[in-house]
Amino acid sequence: MTVELNFLAVFQDWPMLVTGVIWTLGLTAIAIVVGLTVAVACAWVRTEGPKWLAIPVAAYVELMRNTPFIVQLFFIFFGLPALGVRFSPPVASGIALVLNLGAYGTEIIRAGLLATPKGQIEAALSLALSKFQIFTRVVLPPALKKVWPALVSQIVIVMLGSAVCGQIATEELSYAANVISANTFRTFEAYIIATAIYLVLALMVRSLLNWAGPRFIFGR
Amino acid sequence: MPLAAESHAVPTIVDIAGLRKSYGSTEVLKGIDLRVARGEVISIIGRSGSGKSTLLRCINGLEMFQEGGLSVDGKSLLYDNATAMRELRQSVGMIFQSFNLFPHLTVGRNIMLAPTLVKKRDKAAAEEIATKLLERVGLEDKFDAMPDQLSGGQQQRVAIARALAMEPKVLLCDEVTSALDPELVGEVLRVVEGLANEGMTLLMVTHEMNFARKVSDRVVFMHQGLVHETGHPSELFENPKTTELQQFLSSLKD
Amino acid sequence: MVDFTLWDILRNLIIAAQWTVLLSLIAFVGGGLVGLFWLLLRLWRPGAFKLPFAIYVQLFQGTPLLMQLFLSYFGLRLFGVEVSVWVSVSLALTLYTSAFLAEIWRGCVASIPKGQWEASASLALSFGEQMRYIIAPQALRIAIPPTVGFLVQVIKGTALASVVGFVELTRAGNMIANVTYEPFTVFACVGLMYFIMCYPISAYARYLERKTHAVSR
Repeated sequence: MTVELNFLAVFQDWPMLVTGVIWTLGLTAIAIVVGLTVAVACAWVRTEGPKWLAIPVAAYVELMRNTPFIVQLFFIFFGLPALGVRFSPPVASGIALVLNLGAYGTEIIRAGLLATPKGQIEAALSLALSKFQIFTRVVLPPALKKVWPALVSQIVIVMLGSAVCGQIATEELSYAANVISANTFRTFEAYIIATAIYLVLALMVRSLLNWAGPRFIFGR
Repeated sequence: MPLAAESHAVPTIVDIAGLRKSYGSTEVLKGIDLRVARGEVISIIGRSGSGKSTLLRCINGLEMFQEGGLSVDGKSLLYDNATAMRELRQSVGMIFQSFNLFPHLTVGRNIMLAPTLVKKRDKAAAEEIATKLLERVGLEDKFDAMPDQLSGGQQQRVAIARALAMEPKVLLCDEVTSALDPELVGEVLRVVEGLANEGMTLLMVTHEMNFARKVSDRVVFMHQGLVHETGHPSELFENPKTTELQQFLSSLKD
Repeated sequence: MVDFTLWDILRNLIIAAQWTVLLSLIAFVGGGLVGLFWLLLRLWRPGAFKLPFAIYVQLFQGTPLLMQLFLSYFGLRLFGVEVSVWVSVSLALTLYTSAFLAEIWRGCVASIPKGQWEASASLALSFGEQMRYIIAPQALRIAIPPTVGFLVQVIKGTALASVVGFVELTRAGNMIANVTYEPFTVFACVGLMYFIMCYPISAYARYLERKTHAVSR
């Protein structure tokens, strides 16, 4: 038998694809900014923060790391309204992605923090820096530099994971593919194209972050 | 006669009295009394494990001690009070065996960090301080270099400049040449000697006996957690009174 | 309307969780075999297989698992293979797992000093003998902790099979939530069950990791 593929039909719906890409990248950007902030704060708590906070943070990290993203998303979007907490699909998606990257990022950054040589902290102490200054200026930047490749990989994983957000009608890329396939009946082609776009986005986001890290995040 | 004159005319800057410290059940400092006059250069010598580095690290609060008192410039060391600790550390600089430069900052930024954060100097003023100090340690062309681009000797000189940027009243040197290749020792010692000649109060733990003899006003020999013998370098090195010091000095000659 | 007790919900979820376990095992074992095949190709003729290996890994690591599941599901149909959702889901998860495991294991082999290859080659060992007696025993020791750790990712990955209609734990949770109108309880239970499956494995992987680190020091 012959299989006829028609990619052109899919491309006729290109504005939907563009919207999808923008949503996917936007959600990823929010996850990076907020999620990494959460991760740094939690990593601080787990390494030198107060004990009473360390335990709930550890519980949060393990809970997120040991349950599927899709279940977390469903719980936030379908489950929480039972408690009167209602989010729109994009907000629920954003929260789920942030919590997810926050948890994985905590473990990654924590490993970097733990690798700080003791002498670095002693030198900073003897220069009369405060605890907060030591963490933000002396300990954190080299730690981020050390674990940046792992963080970038995790960010890419989270971005690809955001495809699931289409399941609650967030209009990201996989959702666009869904709609186009319904409109054109070119299901396979729509998914092939969306997948190819994801691949390009993954490569782009990876090189962008590898480039940006040393320039904006932790210095040379 | 000169001793009396010294203790009255020159104010004490570091005052250590009955200081005891233990790690668990092992006591490493067993009651140290030491007064350091302003401008005095003191070398602390002794075998490894005699407690000399620990003593030095107690002076700026990197180690906690259990008994006794320690004050710098009239201010007692209070571990529980973060503000007081920072205040004390502003007047006590420290240079480490392993340099401990911040690897992610340029040489210039390493020096500027504490003046801008702690002393709230603006960037231009801090930059000026850093440039001057780099000149002083002979590294004026390394402002924008990263630490890992420098030799050990250069890194240690940057570390000295970094400590000086806080205008400390006392400078603690913890075996500052021990991690260096032999040919790089001289350049660091020359900088330290220059500081001694300019009247900086220096407390150094060192294995460089010739250097200790040359620059020190007083040498302190530590043995098993106590100040065992102390005196002017010529006296102490030529006529050691205790057998422990005699043995220590002769062990160095082998 | 029927009233569902918490026990009813849990019982149904436990039944569905068996399919999650089974699917995870298929993906893990199948993925391990396919991944091993790729790894051996890559090690056997690095010149020829370095690039195909890298492309294979990038294709599966650089695209969403969800899309892979869709493509497997619709692709097989499009090409006239009428298969059950079991087959298409197993295929996608197996390939996905194989790419990750192959890459993890490649890293483990790469961390073995080059001198080991050279020494064994200079003793006139063949490729198979080198692998069997020299490389594999050393690589295996460092490969076990991350491999066990990846099993957690596989178990969580099977949750996406629910999207293409495969009834496992997540899908069952969806269905039960729709019937009971208790999405909060149901999804909390679903999450808890994944946690019960995954956490011991995570903890064990961490324990293994610490042990290998302690030995190599």
